[in-house]
Parts: sequence; structure tokens; C-alpha cells
Amino acid sequence: MTSLDKVKQRAEFDAKAHGYYLNPDPEFLLNLLEGLRKNEERYGYPSCPCRMATGEFEVDRDIICPCDYRDPDVEEHGTCYCCLFVDSGTYASKETSPIPERRPMEKQLRAYGIAGEGQPELKQEPSSMLMNIGTGRKILYCKQCGYVVFREEPPYVCPICRAKREMFAEVKARLFFSTGS
Amino acid sequence: MTPKVAGENSDHRVVLYTLSTCGWCKRTKQFLNDYNVEYEYLDLDTATSQERIEAIQFLQEKNVPIGFPVIVVDGETIISGYKPDKIKEALGF
Repeated sequence: MTSLDKVKQRAEFDAKAHGYYLNPDPEFLLNLLEGLRKNEERYGYPSCPCRMATGEFEVDRDIICPCDYRDPDVEEHGTCYCCLFVDSGTYASKETSPIPERRPMEKQLRAYGIAGEGQPELKQEPSSMLMNIGTGRKILYCKQCGYVVFREEPPYVCPICRAKREMFAEVKARLFFSTGS
Repeated sequence: MTPKVAGENSDHRVVLYTLSTCGWCKRTKQFLNDYNVEYEYLDLDTATSQERIEAIQFLQEKNVPIGFPVIVVDGETIISGYKPDKIKEALGF
């Protein structure tokens, strides 16, 4: 079982690494950390405490803390969606308020068991890379540092070098899989 | 099943849609507790899938963005997010 201290340490480390701060309200922060701990316990990963998760990793991947939307949200609003991560201005003012949801509606609806229109259901727990072909995921790389991801959309910000989303390009290569014989 | 929290201020029927882990939801519940407001709440993450779907369909019918908390006062006034001033206004405080 993940302890609250471990969840806090992880959040502090991540905030420091990216130049953010944790929510300045100790009680609010504790509630969020406890929410993350609870989600990690029941789903196996710390999904955002302020969003509905399904327990299916592939469906929830974008809302696992730190979520895909944190960087653009902190940049635009001074805080992420759940207000765990804030920028220096928000931290100094000690005032946070709710911000609009950036997660696409079809992903939200999927979390409630309502499939978005025209959106194919994601496969659960793909066991191999081959199975992922056809689910809309692409091999994308950061043109600045070479970081490679395999997902539907590029991240808003490169987690390695902080390059913006526009710096990601798709690897258009044909993949060959060896059988090892 | 919607748990009910008793309070002296029960002139309005107040229903909350919340997540059990959400910071703003906790703050909203605390706000209503502080004002001694009677309310019902449904934590969608611990609700049954049927309850969850019904709640989301209700919010979609009312054109409310899906986000938590959602406060419904007398089935008519809908407040999306933690907005203490609007809650007070809706409850006549």
C-alpha cells in the first residue's frame, strides 16, 4: 500500500523538477494527496483526484498525475485542474479557484461508461505492441531531444526537455518484428 | 442510494454530484456543513454504474459541463464547481 508520505514526496519531487509548487493550503493539499493515495490503492495508479477514472489504464492514462493537461493548465490558469500543482504567482497569493476542464469530452464520457460519438472503445490492457496497431496510437518523437512516445497525441510539453507540443513529429517508419528464430 | 446529511437549513432540496477524492467537492460539502444546510450527495466514483450514467445524462440534459462538484438546488438552479457566492445566492443567504 502506498503511504501518504510517499505520495507527497513524489508530488514534491515532481513540482520541484518542473518549477511548480504544491497547493499552498495545507488542508486542501492533504485532501488531494489522500485522493491520489486512494486512487492508487483502488486503481493501481494515482489518477487525478478530481476526475472520474475507470480503472482501465489505457482509458485513464491521460489523467494519471501529473496529468497530460497540467502544463498547459498551469501556464494558462496558474494551477492544474485539481489544484495540486500551482505556479509561483498562485503559490504566493495563496488563492486558488476551480478552472475549466481541458480533457476532451469524448474521454470524459468514456470514463462514465458512455462512449463518445464515433470514438472506438480502447482495448483493455494490450499485451503487446502489435495489438496496439490500429488503436490510433502513433510513434512520436521530440525533434528537440529525441524523446519517443507511443500514443494518440503528442504531450503538451516534452517531459524531458520541455519543448512545446509543436516540436513533436510522427515517426513514419515501417516496423518489422523479428520472431527470434 | 444518495446519502443525506442533516442540517437545520432544509428549505431547499440541495443535491450534490461529487467525487469522494476531489478537493473542491470536499470544500463544498464543508461549506454546506458550516452553513448547516441539509443536502444529499452522490459520490460518482463510488456509485453504481447505473447511478453514474443517470447522473451524467441529467447533467447533459441540463447542458452542464461534466466536472465536480455540481450543486443542484430545488432541481432548477445548477451550480457547476465550487462557487460559494452562487451557492449562498441560490439558498437565499
